[in-house]
Amino acid sequence: MSTFLSITFSGLALAGVYFLCAAGLTLIFGLMDILNFAQGAFITLGAYAAYELSLHLPMSVGTVPIFLLAIVGAIIGGALAAGITEVVLIRPLYGRPMSQVLVTIGLDLAIVALLEGIFGSNEVAISVPTWVNGATHIGQVVLPNAAFLALGAGVIVLVSLEMFLRRTRYGIIIRAGVENRGMVSALGIDVGRAFTLVFVIGGALAGLAGLLNTIAFNSDFVTPIQGDSLLIFTFIVVVVGGLGSIRGAAVAAVGIALLQNYTNYYLGNHPGWSQVGNLSVVLLLAVVLSVRPRGLFASVA
Amino acid sequence: MSSALDLRDLHVTIAGSHVLQGVTFDVPQGGVTALLGRNGVGKTTTLRAILGLVPSTGDIRVLDHDVSGMATHRITRIGVAYVPEDRDVFSGISVNQNLRLAEQIADPRYDEVYALFPELKTRGKQLAGTLSGGQQQMLSIARALLNRWPLMLVDEPSKGLAPKLVTEFAAVLERAAESATVLLVEQNLSVVRRLAHRIVILDHGEVVHIGEASDLGDETFVRGLLGVGGAS
Repeated sequence: MSTFLSITFSGLALAGVYFLCAAGLTLIFGLMDILNFAQGAFITLGAYAAYELSLHLPMSVGTVPIFLLAIVGAIIGGALAAGITEVVLIRPLYGRPMSQVLVTIGLDLAIVALLEGIFGSNEVAISVPTWVNGATHIGQVVLPNAAFLALGAGVIVLVSLEMFLRRTRYGIIIRAGVENRGMVSALGIDVGRAFTLVFVIGGALAGLAGLLNTIAFNSDFVTPIQGDSLLIFTFIVVVVGGLGSIRGAAVAAVGIALLQNYTNYYLGNHPGWSQVGNLSVVLLLAVVLSVRPRGLFASVA
Repeated sequence: MSSALDLRDLHVTIAGSHVLQGVTFDVPQGGVTALLGRNGVGKTTTLRAILGLVPSTGDIRVLDHDVSGMATHRITRIGVAYVPEDRDVFSGISVNQNLRLAEQIADPRYDEVYALFPELKTRGKQLAGTLSGGQQQMLSIARALLNRWPLMLVDEPSKGLAPKLVTEFAAVLERAAESATVLLVEQNLSVVRRLAHRIVILDHGEVVHIGEASDLGDETFVRGLLGVGGAS
């Protein structure tokens, strides 16, 4: 039973990371009809921004403040990269969605190559406080502390995004824009600002996800391709949840991460079955799309 | 100011189809001008082109501003209200939030809107997607009335509504036209006769007639250009 609870907790933490990666992506698609393949690069950039800060800040600052600053750095790094991408590359291509998709694919490849050029293709390690690499014992159940951070961040972001989308004018503009952005413009609202805001939010959350994935599931190591490794599952979360739906992304993230963890643990030890967790996720995608082609929650932000 | 709206040689191509083929007409200040024609001749596309919702070529002047190539939200802020063909209320947000999104001036005319449509006040917290068709049309027109814009583009407000509601909405538009210029796309000729003083008829993406609303009294004329009986 304690093993099952540990796997469940780890799955929920993974769901937190998936949700952080997917939240921005699903809003970007819902509002702008863009599948943003550069999201993987934003995830990676966030992790490297945290690495750079943890490397260069003087130790006299203290490990906990350095780690907190690294979190802020990851968020700002992702947000900046996404904001610049939207303004410089995406905005000139409004009305040409295929070109926008191709630009994001090219940007993702370019950023990975750039990071490999700067940091090498080998992994680099982020320094984190001792507590982050420790574990909390509740009876027989061992719960990694980093997983608490990933799960907590996912929950906080979900609640914050829901409040933002339901209670603020820009949140309402985004929800309305997901339904019918032409009509939002026809009411006199500059949807372009909402586009930039959504991109920045998506990038910030991706950057945070990059750091949390590093400490919770990658033994504190950052690699240039870690974002792209997450991106495939992020897209599956977005599609299963319903393009444009934050709640759908949250539900799908939990379902997919738990399924992946359970199948990996209980079936993955059989010879030749090491990828069964990934296979189960793809099968889930196929089943959901055959029953609900528009995902679990279609376009309701 | 000569006219509220002036279109010159407007062309629109959608998915390879040349929908508007040099549409030219103007809408004088005040009152209701009806844009008529059979289904698919380009009436809705004309309204969408004026607002920049579809790419177009040609000259478009709105309230003495050249808006050709301008972003939709900038055109609207010049002073254009829009009631789209299918209401296009935002179904996932509340009635109040739909109205809030439409606010573009410091003092939106909520008192007048609620006086016209009291139901919108009592149903303020209801999701717009759960309203009836008539209530959604109230909301769509209310959004257009909030800002005292001088030009209203109204697309088939009677579509799919019961006769009693059609009469009510016609009365609301009649009142709105006392302080604004209205370009009305409408298939219901009794509504057109009641509201419009001027008509513009499109056929195959071109203007084929500009005249007075009284022209609609000629049965042969109506059948020839609109394909419907004069009494409809």
